[in-house]
Amino acid sequence: MSVRITVDMNLCESHGQCVFVAPDVFWFDEDEILNHKPKVDSSEYDRVVAAAAACPVRAIQVSKIGEEVQ
Amino acid sequence: MTRIVIVGASLAGLNAAQALREAGYSGSITLVGDEPHAPYDRPPLSKQFLIPGTERESLALADTALLGLTEEYGRRAVHLDVRNRAVHLDSGRVLEFDQLVIATGVGARQWPEPVPRQGVHTLRTLDDAYGIKQDLNSGVRRVLVVGDGFIGSEATSTARSLGHEVTLAGKGRAPLNRAIGDDAAGFVSRLHREAGVTVLPGVRVTALHGSQRVTGATVNDDRLVPADVVLLALGDQPHTAWLADSGLKIDRGLVTDVHARTLDTNGEPLPHIVAAGDVTRFPHPHASGLVTLGHWSNAVEQARVAAATLLRPDAPPVYRPVASFWTTQYGVKFRAVGLPDQADRTEVHEFDLARRRLDVAYYRNDQLIGALTANRAARIVAYRSQLAEALSLLGIQPARMSIASVR
Ligand SMILES: Cc1cc2nc3c(=O)[nH]c(=O)nc-3n(C[C@H](O)[C@H](O)[C@H](O)COP(=O)(O)OP(=O)(O)OC[C@H]3O[C@@H](n4cnc5c(N)ncnc54)[C@H](O)[C@@H]3O)c2cc1C
Ligand code: SF4
Repeated sequence: MSVRITVDMNLCESHGQCVFVAPDVFWFDEDEILNHKPKVDSSEYDRVVAAAAACPVRAIQVSKIGEEVQ
Repeated sequence: MTRIVIVGASLAGLNAAQALREAGYSGSITLVGDEPHAPYDRPPLSKQFLIPGTERESLALADTALLGLTEEYGRRAVHLDVRNRAVHLDSGRVLEFDQLVIATGVGARQWPEPVPRQGVHTLRTLDDAYGIKQDLNSGVRRVLVVGDGFIGSEATSTARSLGHEVTLAGKGRAPLNRAIGDDAAGFVSRLHREAGVTVLPGVRVTALHGSQRVTGATVNDDRLVPADVVLLALGDQPHTAWLADSGLKIDRGLVTDVHARTLDTNGEPLPHIVAAGDVTRFPHPHASGLVTLGHWSNAVEQARVAAATLLRPDAPPVYRPVASFWTTQYGVKFRAVGLPDQADRTEVHEFDLARRRLDVAYYRNDQLIGALTANRAARIVAYRSQLAEALSLLGIQPARMSIASVR
């Protein structure tokens, strides 16, 4: 199991609340644009959900995805 | 089955309900609010919502339908009976509870005398915003904003962007001066003036004129400022009147401890009555005395701690947040962390009006307690980490967002 993260960049206003909660998953590049890992391990689920809840514009979607076939 | 009642159906109340469900609580939750609306988001009300074409949908918060709540809107709590664990509503109904979340927020301070029937507004609720929106979108007007806090300053910027002639009158040396200090307030002041706003700092508005429709106001007892629309942004008043005879401790807000528990008048915590959001005042190591953090992130984070405290009364999480807030004016988004208003000294690292860049650090007793930036997203993240580390060195982890991650 892993966790898929999508950010609606039309909504994102670079508040940075998600970066505060999970700086290893979300970060700003030099142009102040939000970057994020597309997928993290399921052990990170709680933290990523917390980051999504912290977003004032609800730009972050988190979903659990099944075992990937490598 | 456990019965949880939440009074106040806005950001904090909704997040408490969400956090309870996320943590697996399956008992009943009754959400009571006196506004006739389901929870909606307030920050846009002084910003994009006032611009034509921005609809109600832009204020959406999480959908309550998925949470299995009993929702009671348009109903006000008028009395709390702590001994019998009951909330009395204005309809006469009595809601019994096992556990209670108080999230009644604050209201806009009103003008102390009767005001002209048309053209005078305060701004806290959706209905307030509808009224202002109508007045700001029926021809170019002379707008007077009274009050130089966040709401006054933001509404000034929005009204100006709609083409109105705007005067911003406030008691401070510069708009936002009390909240963010002289340097950052100077930056905001320059933005207002650059945009053509008449800024009147250090003044008191002493009278409003007009019988049917407002015609203007008197400033400092002698100067007349004509206006077709007046926005009174005079600050907040905590919604605690309904608790006056409850025996809960109230001190310019509802006092809570570091676990979001309310206190009785002897200062003893009540583990089954928690509170969150703008209505609360609580201790914070970077402040002297109690703080009120009237900001979005606090309502979300404190509500989540309050929910966890109810579910785990024997091991309640600690709420010692790195506060954070943002404010947007003239398209510039200012982001702040910590408690800038508690500082005794500031350091300005960048003040570049042309490029809209600002970086100010705030200190108290030579300890970093806050920071504010504009167009420096990475800097504010670094400041935030520094503050989080300082708070965790005090022995206790700063509160995290999710119940599951509060360990
Ligand atoms: C115009 C505006 C712009 C803002 N902009 C920003 C911003 O840019 N950034 C930021 O960080 N924050 C901003 N804020 C602050 C943010 O919106 C608040 O911090 C947040 O709404 C607090 O949520 P709350 O649930 O604690 O209180 P509130 O949102 O005040 O909700 C309390 C609710 O309880 C209801 N209530 C009160 N008494 C009773 C009773 N006796 N019975 C039943 N119901 C009752 C109230 O009517 C209200 O609906 C802004 C606020 C406003 C008004
Ligand atoms: S919190 Fe939301 S708005 Fe802010 S940077 Fe993250 S995704 Fe963007």
